[in-house]
Amino acid sequence: MMMRLLIALSLLLFASAQAAEFSAVQADKSAISFITKQMNVPVEGVFRKFTAQIRIDPAKAEAGQARIEIDLAGIDAGSAEANEEVKGKNWFNVREFPQAGFISGSVKALGGGRFEASGRMTIKGRTRDVRAPFTLKQEKGVLILDGRFPLKRLDYGIGSGVWSDTAVVADEVQVRFHFVLK
Amino acid sequence: MTLPVRYTRTAVALHWLAAILIFAAFPLGLIMSDLPLSPLKLKLISYHKWLGVSVFLLAAARLAWRATHTPPPLPDVMPAWQRRAASGLHFLLYLLLFAIPLSGWLMSSAKGFQTVYFGVLPLPDLIGKDKALGDALQEVHEMLNYGLLALVSAHVAAALKHQFIDRDGILARMLPFLDRRSS
Repeated sequence: MMMRLLIALSLLLFASAQAAEFSAVQADKSAISFITKQMNVPVEGVFRKFTAQIRIDPAKAEAGQARIEIDLAGIDAGSAEANEEVKGKNWFNVREFPQAGFISGSVKALGGGRFEASGRMTIKGRTRDVRAPFTLKQEKGVLILDGRFPLKRLDYGIGSGVWSDTAVVADEVQVRFHFVLK
Repeated sequence: MTLPVRYTRTAVALHWLAAILIFAAFPLGLIMSDLPLSPLKLKLISYHKWLGVSVFLLAAARLAWRATHTPPPLPDVMPAWQRRAASGLHFLLYLLLFAIPLSGWLMSSAKGFQTVYFGVLPLPDLIGKDKALGDALQEVHEMLNYGLLALVSAHVAAALKHQFIDRDGILARMLPFLDRRSS
């Protein structure tokens, strides 16, 4: 009797734990943006088109998984002429490489509600390991995943030729992500 | 109290420094706006903005100096209308020395490009990013600059008239070496 109760109880707990997994990304409330430094002036840009598949349970975030694909044609680099420029060969070469992608490998807890996702980022046909720290916050039935990580643009050949001068456009780009999941 | 015959050394230095910076910033603004996006363009825009901030700071310094130091009086023989024209012109010049950098600063903010003085000191964005407002402020910035071009032309023409037609030595108040040569 006692045993059965325990099993029933643990099944119930398991079920509720299952239910705590969030996987429906609210695209209209989520955003991926980036900040470049041009002559040391921070300029914000946004990736307006992306698809994000994320499954994560805040109670066991380590098992979380993410796969993000960015449609580079939807980039907003801060001004009309920059938008034209960054789609070109020197930058993202959107015609040849229309998408950038991130696939998560592992997630580890950093403590204090902070986590770090490791994974592989592919831009312009080049794949590099990245680590992105993020936080999880639950409110009103949604899970908010927020994070940022630095990326070296020249690792991916973003901004080559005349643009490789990092005194004008810094090598390091801050990428920020904000996902709202249900 | 005896009235000064010429501007103080500080006033002279500030005047010519501001003049040099404006003479650099004006064509730089024209050139950089016509360039296609390139690293050179980004550099020139930054240099232009640093010059603009410097002009603004110099204008503030000059105003403070002027408030605490009496400028030399105009010659007695100068007709009243010319005095009024001179002080009116100077007033408008000062106004633009503040208004032009300010409009450039606001325009930068509205276009989403903060101003970072010498690449080191970030100035706060007084307004948020707003493309339509940014374009409007660009028009304002340009118009004010053409206004400045007209006023500076009048300012220079008047100085030359005083020097070569009236021969009243007014230019020497701002160009002390002229004074030495004549005395």
